[in-house]
Amino acid sequence: MAAIRAEMVAGHPRSPGSYCGLVPSTRLQIQPNSTSTKHLQNLRCFLLCFIHAKMIRFILLQNRQGKTRLAKYYIPLEESEKHKVEYEVHRLVVNRDPKFTNFVEFRTHKVIYRRYAGLFFSLCVDMTDNELAYLECIHLFVEILDHFFSNVCELDLVFNFHKVYLILDEFILAGELQETSKRAIIERMGELEKQE
Amino acid sequence: MGSQGGFGQSKEFLDLVKSIGEARSKSEEDRIVLREIETLKRRINEPDIPKRKMKEYIIRLVYIEMLGHDASFGYIHAVKMTHDDSLLLKRTGYLAVTLFLNEDHDLIILIVNTIQKDLKSDNYLVVSAALNACCKLINEETIPAVIQQVVELLGHPKEGVRKKAVMALHSFHQRSPSSVNHLISNFRKRLSDNDPGVMGATLFPLYDLITIDVNSYKDLVASFVNILKQVAERRLPKTYDYHQTPAPFIQIKLLKILSLLGSGDKKSSEQMYTVIGDIMRKSDTSSNIGNAILYECICCISSIQPSPKLLETAADAIANFLKSDSHNLKYMGIDALGRLIRISPDIAEQHQLAVIDCLEDPDDTLKRKTFELLYKMTKSSNVEVIVDRMIDYMISINDNHYKTETASRCVELAEQFAPSNHWFIQTMNKVFQHAGDLVNPKVAHNLMRLIAEGFGEDDDTADSQLRLSAVESYLKIVDEPKLPSAFLQVICWVLGEYGTADGKYSASYISGKLCDVAEAHSSDDIVKGYAVTALMKVYCFEKAAGRKMSLLPECQSLLDELSASHSSDLQQRAYEFRAVLDLDVNAIENIMPLDASCEDIEIDKSLSFLNDYVQKSFEQGAEPYIPENERSGTLNISSIRNHNSYEHSTHSLRFEAYDVPKPVVPTKLPPAVAYPTDLVPVTVNVTEPSYQPSSVQPTWPLVPVSDAGSGSGSTELKLRLDGVQKKWGKPTYSSGASSSTSNFESHTTMDNGARQPDTVMSKSLPRESKQSHAEVSEEKQKLAASLFGGATSRSERKQSGGAAGHSKVSRTTNHGEDKVRPATVTVTTAVQPPPPDLLDLGESAGDTSSYSSTVDPFQQLEGLLDLNQDNAAATSNAPDLMSSLYSDADTNGSLNQNPNPMNGSVNPSKKTASLTKGPSLKDALDKDALVRQMGVNPTSQNPNLFSDLLG
Repeated sequence: MAAIRAEMVAGHPRSPGSYCGLVPSTRLQIQPNSTSTKHLQNLRCFLLCFIHAKMIRFILLQNRQGKTRLAKYYIPLEESEKHKVEYEVHRLVVNRDPKFTNFVEFRTHKVIYRRYAGLFFSLCVDMTDNELAYLECIHLFVEILDHFFSNVCELDLVFNFHKVYLILDEFILAGELQETSKRAIIERMGELEKQE
Repeated sequence: MGSQGGFGQSKEFLDLVKSIGEARSKSEEDRIVLREIETLKRRINEPDIPKRKMKEYIIRLVYIEMLGHDASFGYIHAVKMTHDDSLLLKRTGYLAVTLFLNEDHDLIILIVNTIQKDLKSDNYLVVSAALNACCKLINEETIPAVIQQVVELLGHPKEGVRKKAVMALHSFHQRSPSSVNHLISNFRKRLSDNDPGVMGATLFPLYDLITIDVNSYKDLVASFVNILKQVAERRLPKTYDYHQTPAPFIQIKLLKILSLLGSGDKKSSEQMYTVIGDIMRKSDTSSNIGNAILYECICCISSIQPSPKLLETAADAIANFLKSDSHNLKYMGIDALGRLIRISPDIAEQHQLAVIDCLEDPDDTLKRKTFELLYKMTKSSNVEVIVDRMIDYMISINDNHYKTETASRCVELAEQFAPSNHWFIQTMNKVFQHAGDLVNPKVAHNLMRLIAEGFGEDDDTADSQLRLSAVESYLKIVDEPKLPSAFLQVICWVLGEYGTADGKYSASYISGKLCDVAEAHSSDDIVKGYAVTALMKVYCFEKAAGRKMSLLPECQSLLDELSASHSSDLQQRAYEFRAVLDLDVNAIENIMPLDASCEDIEIDKSLSFLNDYVQKSFEQGAEPYIPENERSGTLNISSIRNHNSYEHSTHSLRFEAYDVPKPVVPTKLPPAVAYPTDLVPVTVNVTEPSYQPSSVQPTWPLVPVSDAGSGSGSTELKLRLDGVQKKWGKPTYSSGASSSTSNFESHTTMDNGARQPDTVMSKSLPRESKQSHAEVSEEKQKLAASLFGGATSRSERKQSGGAAGHSKVSRTTNHGEDKVRPATVTVTTAVQPPPPDLLDLGESAGDTSSYSSTVDPFQQLEGLLDLNQDNAAATSNAPDLMSSLYSDADTNGSLNQNPNPMNGSVNPSKKTASLTKGPSLKDALDKDALVRQMGVNPTSQNPNLFSDLLG
């Protein structure tokens, strides 16, 4: 029982083969003594997810090496959990055949990802939600970024990550799509830019 | 860097980002970040930092945090920045705190005040920033501080503010529904907002509210349909278009809401048909977003009251999905198929080849989805193929989470649809062998119970055949290395109980094997315990049968080893074994009756058999026993032990009066405690002396001396056996059902008799399902036939039931054919094996949607219970399920009118059952039977349970 529980808490077992160069293993090891609190944490997270029937749990922008370019969580997670999530999501999406589906099961949720050049945009949503719609949601976000930065590239996002956060806050709020009109978001960002 | 790169940040910051980007290794990156942290720690506390500089520091903190380092030293500065008058700094402050802090962080209290002030600001940008922060930072306790202002902002002239206010109110509602409940009418009002963005945002809270309570929102059906129609007719501003599709995300949300509202409601559903039909016709199948809408339409169609025309359109759309080259679309197609299959089971047939393709696809996501579909369409005709495939897949994957899920699905399907006992045992063996440690321990106990009880019918030969085949298969398997512990426990138990039962294997052979098990798994105390108890049984049965048999040398050495074991449980077992060996045949027969694992054991709770002994002790001047709570001073060791064994409570202070002491009876123990190791506490009280060899003498003689009938000796010694049995024995049954099972069985057998000729008479077709099962890997076509063929040809299905070669229908409770019978029995099966806790949790998180088919049935039932407790009126889930159940029955009503011979022969038993259970149940049972015939997953929709819950 204990073994199963530990396994569940740890999520997917790590496979040494897909270890991504930049992340040392120490970063992701779970301290054995924190298992019970982790379990509670997960429990809380699960319960929360139960209440929030369908919402976006988190958004990640990662490059191919697994560096996080942007991370926004809509559910409370502890730092260590976040690292684990980022590592696991990267591992899940980075080696997938481009022909495959853009959806991957992630623990009890689903990650919808899309790759633009060297950058992976990943959304974590409910198992039973409309995957295609979220896939397009990612694309809409990228279109907005592209419009805002005029021909967006990875470096724009790297140096202006705080702006990306602001755009994201206009697009998704509290895990729900807040605004789906590209123009409304661009206009709002323009008003903010004027303040600079 | 893009055209707007830089934004006036210092070279220092740009260099930082650059150097992180160029870092060759994680350790180099860490070094840079640590240096940066040091710099920031020093600088950020300097006095009189220019505001612009401070803003940059905060952004650098965000960056550090994003890279996975702790920037908590600067949180307070971010909080301070939210107080700033300049909008720019304020926004940066808010941005940073929403990223840094969770809603339960201590610093939140410092921000609430600022938020309050900012919500009143004249500058709508400030208000928006504060509302953004509200969504993330306001927790249950602080909601009252801001809620009034947020509600006022719902009428703000700027649409952007109204929209954010709606979202904020929604997030409050998610956090603490009770604090917002009096305000939910505001959401309805905002639905008619002039701005499409605000209207779109309102859909999220309304969706949640409708999920909770469908009935209060039925009046909005017309409005939603109307809005959807306008959206589809492109009446919204062009800016909401996405890839030439009008406001697709709003359309999708509306469709989700409609599917909730229309579920099981004919009147509401009818209002939707036209608009859904229109949208499906108009949707652009060449773009992703068009297909996303199509998929949502299919989901909606499968959830609302079915319309034949729409079902047809949906089927066409699914066909297009499956034909597509895109994996994404195939995936959506498989998922949609799984939803639609509940309503029209025939639809799967035309797509069989596409489904098989997906099953063999290298993409794991697609494969899993397809397995989910197969799981939903499993029937007794295709269970062998499907479960075999699932097991193969289960063996091939490493992901424990999914392995567990697949294993429990295999078990569930096997328990429900097994065509023969032999197959069932083989399947369970495979599952246990490869995922034994992952499946719920209950499954192992169910298996033992099955083997022990046989099928509850009077045919002993079938039972003993089953046992023999189990024993044979276990003897074959037992020598393999690395068997999971749970499986070994089953093996040991079965070998001990039935290894020598029909004389095929000699006792010494079996006990040799058992010794091998104990030796090979010397680190696993539970397995060793099972093994030594099994050995004891083997010897007892031998001795009771009058055969002389001496202890094998390896058994002797095992006993020696265990007598000195560190585990008190093992020690006790060893000593008991020794003691039993010395007894005479009569006593042994009483202690270990052959094949009695299913019999109930009466327990003398008051320990009255000790009265004589106690009386004698009194006469000899012994002190009377003082209950623990009356004792003032020291506790002696034995009382602690006694105490612990039936009171799990701790030694902490108690301020209330003690309850009446609970009697130490195994049956009273909650099933949760019934894990194998708990055998010890159960037995400790009675056979306690066996811990101290010196005190063995006075008690052991008691056993044979006291007359066997009174149950003193037998109870005492049989307790161990009882401990084993208890786990899968009586307590796991719901008591009412078990009694009805027994009086039901007589009908069952009659019924079988009546059905037997039927099976024989039906043309002896070549056993298609069996055949194809053998050739699965060779030809997809065959596989498809075996998977889908059963959907229509009922005769074949029967065949496969009969083909098992058992004149008896296998297990009363679980066999597929039995699904036709009244469901009195099924209640027990449905309730029995709850899924593993953790999986459970996981699933409840994953499957919270209203689509009953994808939801774990047990959760659903639990959910129902909870809901009903909260809200006595019919609540969202319940009507959903009920209605989908009934709608199934309705659409398939034609079947009801021409019952086939099989149905006919079943009728008598149905009647008797309904008589015993009261007339109201009959309808439900009929419908249940029908639904099962249609191949709908039975456990998720059990009318009995609903009738119980809804009165």
